[in-house]
Amino acid sequence: MTAEITATASVPDIRPKTSKDDRTMIGFMLVIGLYLIVALALPLYAMLSKSFSTYSFELGNFEFAVDKGEGWSEPVTALALNQDLQVVKPEELATSSDGRLAATVFFSDFSFRSPTKYRLRQIRLESSFLVGSKRIADTEWHEFESNQFRRIVLRPSSATGLENFRTYFSTPALFRSIENSLFIAFLSTMITVSLAFGFAYALNRSKMRFKGVFRLIAMAPILVPSLLPGIALVYLFGNQGMIKGLLFGESIYGPIGIVIGSVFFTFPHALIIITTALAISDSRLYEAAISLRASRWRTFWTVTIPGARYGLISAAFVVFNLVITDFGLPKVIGGQYNMLAVDIYKQVIGQQNFEMGAVVSVVLLIPALFAFSIDRYVQKRQVAVLSSRSVPFEAKPHKRFDLICLSYCLLVGIFIVGIIGVCQYAALIKFWPYQLSLSLVNYNFDVMDGGGWASYTNSIQLGIYTAIAGTIIVFSGAYVVEKTNGFFATRSAFQFLAMMPMAIPGLVLGLAYIFFFNDPANPLNGLYATMGILVVCTVTHFYTVSHLTAVTALKQMDREFEAVASSLKQPFYRLVSRVTVPVCMPAILDISIYLFVNAMTTVSAVIFLYAPDTALAAIAVLNMDDAGDVAPAAAMGMMIFYTNVTARLIHLFVSRKLLQKTQAWRLR
Amino acid sequence: MSEQQAVNNENAKHYLRIDRLTKMFGDFTALDKVSLDVIEGEFIFFLGPSGCGKTTFLRAIAGLDIQTSGTVHQAGKDISALPPSERDFGIVFQSYALFPNLTCERNIAFGLENQKFSKADIENRVSELLEMVGLPDQGKKYPAQLSGGQQQRIALARALATSPGLLLLDEPLSALDAKVRVHLRHEIKELQQRLSVTTVMVTHDQEEALAMADRIVVMNQGVIEQIGTPTEIYREPSSLFVADFIGAMNQFKGKAGSKNTATVGDVTFASQEHDLQQDTPAVIAIRPEDIVPHSDGAGSQGATELGPTENTFDALVEEMEFLGSFWRVSLSNASLGDASMVIDMSINAVRQMDVAIGNSIKVEFPSNRLWVFPPGADTG
Amino acid sequence: MIRRVFKKSALITCIAAISMFAFANPAFAVDLTVYTAVEAEDLKRYAETFNKEHPDINIKWVRDSTGIVTAKLLAEKNNPQADVIWGIAATSLLIMKAEGMFVPYKPKGIEMLDPKFYDSDATPSWVGMDAWVAAVCFNTVEAAKYNLPSPKTWWDLTKPVYKGHVIMPNPNSSGTGFLDVSSWLQMFGETGGWAYMDALHENIARYTHSGSKPCKLSASGEIPIGVSFAFRGARSKDAGAPIDIIIPREGIGWDLEASAIIAGTDKLEAAKTLMDWSISKTAMEMYNTAYAVVAYKGIAKPVRHFPPETLSRLIDNDFDFAANNRKRILAEWQKRYDSKSDPK
Repeated sequence: MTAEITATASVPDIRPKTSKDDRTMIGFMLVIGLYLIVALALPLYAMLSKSFSTYSFELGNFEFAVDKGEGWSEPVTALALNQDLQVVKPEELATSSDGRLAATVFFSDFSFRSPTKYRLRQIRLESSFLVGSKRIADTEWHEFESNQFRRIVLRPSSATGLENFRTYFSTPALFRSIENSLFIAFLSTMITVSLAFGFAYALNRSKMRFKGVFRLIAMAPILVPSLLPGIALVYLFGNQGMIKGLLFGESIYGPIGIVIGSVFFTFPHALIIITTALAISDSRLYEAAISLRASRWRTFWTVTIPGARYGLISAAFVVFNLVITDFGLPKVIGGQYNMLAVDIYKQVIGQQNFEMGAVVSVVLLIPALFAFSIDRYVQKRQVAVLSSRSVPFEAKPHKRFDLICLSYCLLVGIFIVGIIGVCQYAALIKFWPYQLSLSLVNYNFDVMDGGGWASYTNSIQLGIYTAIAGTIIVFSGAYVVEKTNGFFATRSAFQFLAMMPMAIPGLVLGLAYIFFFNDPANPLNGLYATMGILVVCTVTHFYTVSHLTAVTALKQMDREFEAVASSLKQPFYRLVSRVTVPVCMPAILDISIYLFVNAMTTVSAVIFLYAPDTALAAIAVLNMDDAGDVAPAAAMGMMIFYTNVTARLIHLFVSRKLLQKTQAWRLR
Repeated sequence: MSEQQAVNNENAKHYLRIDRLTKMFGDFTALDKVSLDVIEGEFIFFLGPSGCGKTTFLRAIAGLDIQTSGTVHQAGKDISALPPSERDFGIVFQSYALFPNLTCERNIAFGLENQKFSKADIENRVSELLEMVGLPDQGKKYPAQLSGGQQQRIALARALATSPGLLLLDEPLSALDAKVRVHLRHEIKELQQRLSVTTVMVTHDQEEALAMADRIVVMNQGVIEQIGTPTEIYREPSSLFVADFIGAMNQFKGKAGSKNTATVGDVTFASQEHDLQQDTPAVIAIRPEDIVPHSDGAGSQGATELGPTENTFDALVEEMEFLGSFWRVSLSNASLGDASMVIDMSINAVRQMDVAIGNSIKVEFPSNRLWVFPPGADTG
Repeated sequence: MIRRVFKKSALITCIAAISMFAFANPAFAVDLTVYTAVEAEDLKRYAETFNKEHPDINIKWVRDSTGIVTAKLLAEKNNPQADVIWGIAATSLLIMKAEGMFVPYKPKGIEMLDPKFYDSDATPSWVGMDAWVAAVCFNTVEAAKYNLPSPKTWWDLTKPVYKGHVIMPNPNSSGTGFLDVSSWLQMFGETGGWAYMDALHENIARYTHSGSKPCKLSASGEIPIGVSFAFRGARSKDAGAPIDIIIPREGIGWDLEASAIIAGTDKLEAAKTLMDWSISKTAMEMYNTAYAVVAYKGIAKPVRHFPPETLSRLIDNDFDFAANNRKRILAEWQKRYDSKSDPK
């Protein structure tokens, strides 16, 4: 019988039938993918095209005629005039959208007192010229007295090309920032990752006391805007600083301040990633090491470091990008030390040169690609560390080691608490350093820049929306990347998009959003100037760390869970709700609180996007500091801090009960 | 092979029919037109070295990695293109894949919930299964609180909970230590017989396969080398790969003779029938336990020359290894070249024949136990 | 069961709370979105007074520094969100006018204003409210610590004694900074202006992003001398800061705070009402509490802490010069001082 079948039937190719689960997953992938495209790829594309959008004076488009009392001369283009005079050099033709070129330069004999009359017209309608500040954009001839003619300036036409980049790299003031940014980011990364690893190690591997307290303290910097340490550093080390002697005459305004502040605000970010990496290590490896009589030192280098390797590398690039893309801190404390992110601010805010801002942004994207390739490389090497069989590590007491850990954590703790304490102190002082009496005058936000107390409630709203929407989007996205089979190219693209936001400076993202969402032709235009766009922007801006946290947690799950569930005829969402989500609950809670506090503290991503009724607290901090209201800025910063502390406490209280239920299995 | 099977199982019901299954990963052919029929209630093993395609085969049957071409019929139904959730099987992995946050009870009940069963039915079924796998009072514990062996039993109970028609076991014992492994082997076998559920198990451990299987599918490089009962596989290997992979085998390089002879060096042996062309290179193989020692030649000094068509000859004892219930003795004979051979001798035989290193004994290669194979490209 | 009910009600409460946040808005007939750079502490007062006369128009302020508001407006050029811009530096307005972003409108009562305070077109595109003037804030306490004499002129600031004790705003990000630079170039001429800035650069501790910050830093003693604007200095002095406001003898730069209607607004009538009100005598008197110079002829009263010589030292400001040379000046400034500004 078998022989018959074998002999006669041809071998059909199989088109696997998709299950309901598969279809749901594809649907999910589409939705989340679409989100990332709309919230990230398209705005960035708008930004990119902006960087290639150039402005230059099309001299051939302007035609002059002169009447020196002998009737009108033959019309002649500015191009022809310039060929004779050579007054405008070719490199001066490239300009920005606000470029202006005086018409008089083409007439070497020009005098506004002469009776000469001038005529001017444009040949094609692709640029304009100004008479004083009046814009003329037609192709008619216009006649001017010489006294009027001196007020005429030519405006550039727009085109597409690389001129902006050429200009950028021929301006030393601008590209020097690349070096500065790389230097600061590298230095801060080395310091932060080392400090954070030590801290995470002490928390995970020692039996020292007060772990809970230290954990809380270490998370504190994440609860304040990145520019707050800058304010504290001014009070500590500024010219009126409390302990400025410690700097031995060095100025805090500059690299020193940026690095100290950067270490402060990136510390928790690194700590979260490294702690996760250390927490998932398998205690059986340590038991093996002990049984092999390996020394603590050897165990550290052969078990701990390799186990945490992925976390360390990941933490390093996260910190590097945070520092290189942050703009709040260098703006407050950077003094004359130029950084790329601040350059964008200066280009856009100071000079309204969006194109150059876009160019600097493109330069800033290079670390993103770098970070991405590192991540891919590491991922290929990483093996799933935790299977369902591995046993979580439980530290054993060791007196001397515990004491060292305690003192180390204490030092780091003092640094963090000190910075925040100084801000609170400054906020309560009436007028530093002349009137040291305590007062709440600095909390009277409604009479200061930034949006007053309304901005504070707006921020809380933004935090709640971002935490809820963001956690769902991020976790679903990570699940799709980690747990679907096939679609390799799609998943890679997805992973790439998920990694991108880390390297996108908030300022750039915000600007990109303006260009993309504020285009009347965009069907999503209605989102502009609403709370919605702030939520989308914030979720997207903080996507990467959340995504990495989710992916790291999902990697711990046995790859066969989905296979088991489908063999048991259980839909994947049941597996997700019964197993995946409960097992990943610590990570999910981390993500939601991470998103909430970042929504509370973010400045750069939303500075261009807030509308009259959606001003935000962190922006108020920036604006108040910008206006020199440093103490109120500190006060608002502390309001953000206390809100985040409260949120964390609520979060802790709620999650403790939840965790007791979902994480009992972790105890052996 | 399918002919042979068709003959053997003429009247048996084919529960699982697999026809010319091919699985490609890019340009790599992981499975190459593999066909197999499994009888209902049969315990069948996929055996082979790592990378031979056995796990790919299993995952194709499960629908986890659906084949590129070829069909799978289960209980008369074409399931070739169905996703796993629309097939009828239970599966156990080497990693157990137990849900770490659920107690053993809830792990087992996972497939029962959300179905038509009542709560009480589920509880009854779970305790029945816990009883069945011998862990009646461990239900409230979490997987991490159990030993590896216990966890694998829970995984087994979970896979069986929904009474699937087909049980798939992917190296379920490989992660366990030797003693537990042997113990669990028996339990699984017993359980399988009791439930008479059609079972496919993947392993690279031949001992496991020989001990537990009704039939073994020996695989190598994406193709099936042989299908047969453990005895068939062991006693009548159809290729040098099978002969070499399963059990110990003495091998001599030589040439094929006429249809039931073969030559090593210039000695010709009577052998099993073979279909090799005369004078083509061949490997002549015999299992250690098939070599028959003869007491009449014992005690003489040195090995005698072999006669031209004799299967009996003297050999020099080179080494002796005591393996508890028997001795494994290494012998040599100049006519067979450098290759030494091993022979398993009972303790009595060794004592009676006064076998000792440096002595010579007379041994016989029974012609019906002497195999002639074409030399494989890869002898494993 | 009970727990489940509780959970549900908690959820509903949450949603209700969130939606209350989202939709709590007082009802007004017209919402007018107004972008402004006017000091935050004054906005409420202005809006209250305005609403006394026009209770049917609710002003939604978007307040930010001049640079940011300008950037925002230019970025939104194709899809403006603002109906009116109000109290923005005239220099910025000229840039926007050149982009054709305004609806020209001649507010009622414009004849009462000094013509140099509004657009010279027949139907003006923008109308000035008041002027803000450059000034130097000088912290007497800190100066005493370093033995610094009080500077009398701009050129005084270049003396070696002030090295590292002067802060000024970066013209690339601050309107005040640009105002200073453009006034120096107008007063000292192109060559003299740059020579002055070269010399001044030697004494500058750092350049700030905002124009009011130097004065506030001076007020808090962070730096003895801050180049800023008079209004800010007066405010800080009011708050008790030990500072003097110095109007250098050569003259001081100034800029208008002006208003305009954004082209494309669908609330033109309300916008015109606000424009009318913004040049009314009532409004002007309110400006006068903070600004010594207002557009309305003959009502300006001296403002507390403003040096009396302020008015007489205003330079003859050429706005077109400032607007049309802005890019060139900023680029030159950046080339000269930004690239040298790395720590030595």
